[in-house]
Amino acid sequence: MGAREVILDRIRAALGPSPIRVEVPREYRTGGVPDVDLFVDRLVDYRAAVRRCGPNDLAAAVAEALADTRVLAVPPGLPGEWLTAYHGEVVRDGDPRPLSVADLDAPGVTALTGCAVAIAETGTLVLDAGPDQGRRVLTLVPDHHVCVVHAGQIAAGVPDALARLADPTRPLTFVSGPSATSDIELDRVEGVHGPRRLEVIVVEPSGP
Amino acid sequence: MSNPIAAPRPFPAAAHDKLADRQLRANLHRATHTIRDKRLRVVAELPDWQRLREAASALKADAKSRLPELLTQFEAAATAAGATVHWARDAAEACAVVADLVRSAGATEVVKVKSMATQEIGLNEALEAAGIAATETDLAELIVQLAEDTPSHILVPAIHYNRTQIRDLFRTRMAGAPADLTDDPPALAEAARRHLRAKFLSATVGISGANFAVAETGSLVVVESEGNGRMCLTLPQTLISVVGIEKVVPTFRDLEVFLQLLPRSSTGERMNPYTSIWTGVTPGDGPENVHIVLVDNGRTTTLADPVGRQALHCIRCSACLNVCPVYERVGGHAYGSVYPGPIGAILSPQLTGEGFNRTLPYASTLCGACYDACPVRINIPEVLVHLRQTGPHPRAERAGMRAMSWLMSDRRRYAAALRAARRGAAPLRLVARRAAKRRGSVPSEGDQRETVRRLPWPLSAWTASRDAPLPAGPTFREWWEKEHGRS
Ligand code: SF4
Repeated sequence: MGAREVILDRIRAALGPSPIRVEVPREYRTGGVPDVDLFVDRLVDYRAAVRRCGPNDLAAAVAEALADTRVLAVPPGLPGEWLTAYHGEVVRDGDPRPLSVADLDAPGVTALTGCAVAIAETGTLVLDAGPDQGRRVLTLVPDHHVCVVHAGQIAAGVPDALARLADPTRPLTFVSGPSATSDIELDRVEGVHGPRRLEVIVVEPSGP
Repeated sequence: MSNPIAAPRPFPAAAHDKLADRQLRANLHRATHTIRDKRLRVVAELPDWQRLREAASALKADAKSRLPELLTQFEAAATAAGATVHWARDAAEACAVVADLVRSAGATEVVKVKSMATQEIGLNEALEAAGIAATETDLAELIVQLAEDTPSHILVPAIHYNRTQIRDLFRTRMAGAPADLTDDPPALAEAARRHLRAKFLSATVGISGANFAVAETGSLVVVESEGNGRMCLTLPQTLISVVGIEKVVPTFRDLEVFLQLLPRSSTGERMNPYTSIWTGVTPGDGPENVHIVLVDNGRTTTLADPVGRQALHCIRCSACLNVCPVYERVGGHAYGSVYPGPIGAILSPQLTGEGFNRTLPYASTLCGACYDACPVRINIPEVLVHLRQTGPHPRAERAGMRAMSWLMSDRRRYAAALRAARRGAAPLRLVARRAAKRRGSVPSEGDQRETVRRLPWPLSAWTASRDAPLPAGPTFREWWEKEHGRS
């Protein structure tokens, strides 16, 4: 008998002939009105930089956030209108070839993406490798990540954010602030292996 | 190879040595109190915290009761998504599976994300024996690996080091560390980043654990902070994840409970910086070869105990360590297992089975702080008492209990023993009083109860495994007899 059958048999024996069925009470909050100010407040608390703008100033806000960028890396489906005010070098993943880790690891590279959904209560961005977010490596290796969030993408809490994901089997990355460690005397220090700078541009229909 | 979850020495002996280490106690005190305060602040923000705990506890109990069904569901979903699922009965089998996979990937080096399961099975040592070098990439694990030490905390394995000690370690043992490195935490983190960057970019095999495995979708979840996890999960061509069979949760939706409870309970943050969730292979994005090793290693025997099985609900947040008065004073090493603190005291003896870790269920005052803190509501004191009752008692404890029951079953015998104790301890009381005076302080409530390490026979059997309070002056009964004569 292989390990699989042995383990499954051991579990059945441990549980006995009629394991008790357990009902799961879900009396916690699962919805609510998303609060953009709260979202911004949480991000700032993680020491992420935040810019707020209206739809018409998005391109200008992007250009501002990219002021010290040498090369901008973007996913294949990033909307062109986000870049109309930026005049630096832009490399698009997969066009003509996938960007290499070395490309992304060069000094001065910034990754610009959108997100799938965001969470106000925890200040979290959820990336699901959608067309405006791209492969996971894109937001991992560069030292600077700029992420555009439309107010309508912000969910109040974790449950409603998960429910909004189109397909949970896509590669998912939850980002809450820049990479950090609490390993030295439990003090949070920003900037270990992921991007050391995280900037979020929040786009609100009526401007900030 | 020594067993990473079987304590080599009894807890009282190991704890006794650790208590004498003042630097260790200062580091632990500072760290555990910082994290406690942070945890309380962020837990208080959620009005439904208790409801989340109730849901989590029920979710875990439900998953346990349907484990065969959920594991096979997980296996089918992960396989359909392109992963290969392996099963391992024990640590040796799990290590052999992983070593074979690394070998067939043609690698002699692997990068690792911090994982309790791989520590539990002693994977690094097994890989080394197979000629494979494993690099720990979590900052604290790196510190511990450089120091040739062992982790002392589930979440912050280097909690027993302060910043100055870490700086000295980096300066002397980490290749490429600047000679003028300061003990400023950002500078220390930067030094580690540079050191590990090259390894991440060249590694072909990554090894991880998983915080959760979702039966419905076949997904694995890794919760982390530094981004070293994302590096290991994304850059190598081959990814091997070692997962305890108790990590399975029924549905993707269930993560909505655990992703709220875990970060707040562990680092005291609203959310940890990075959580990765992946399902099998995604062409063009991340590893092409994805392996999952499902490990038993004592979990099924633990599951067979209707009281003890709740230890399998643990999500390894380490909140119970941070609030434990015993852990705070002795640190993680005294427990002699990769699972220290209150959870270690109930999990290690159950995973190893009889014959190991006999003293661990006694490594607690039963104060209940761990139960209150536990996000999945494991009743740790209940399991401790249960294990004390059902497990083999340590020898000294057995002798102590037998002597006490003999003494206490006869009033005269007991009174005589107390008198002997008082006479024996009289010089100690004097010393204690002088010491208090020397400290120049009015002894605080806690200090006033001076303790004695060894009482004269027959109470010596009691103090063989614990300190006793200094016996009081005359008892009321004795005083009465002296004043009024025998009644
Ligand atoms: S027993 Fe509870 S509090 Fe302790 S580590 Fe496990 S989940 Fe956390």
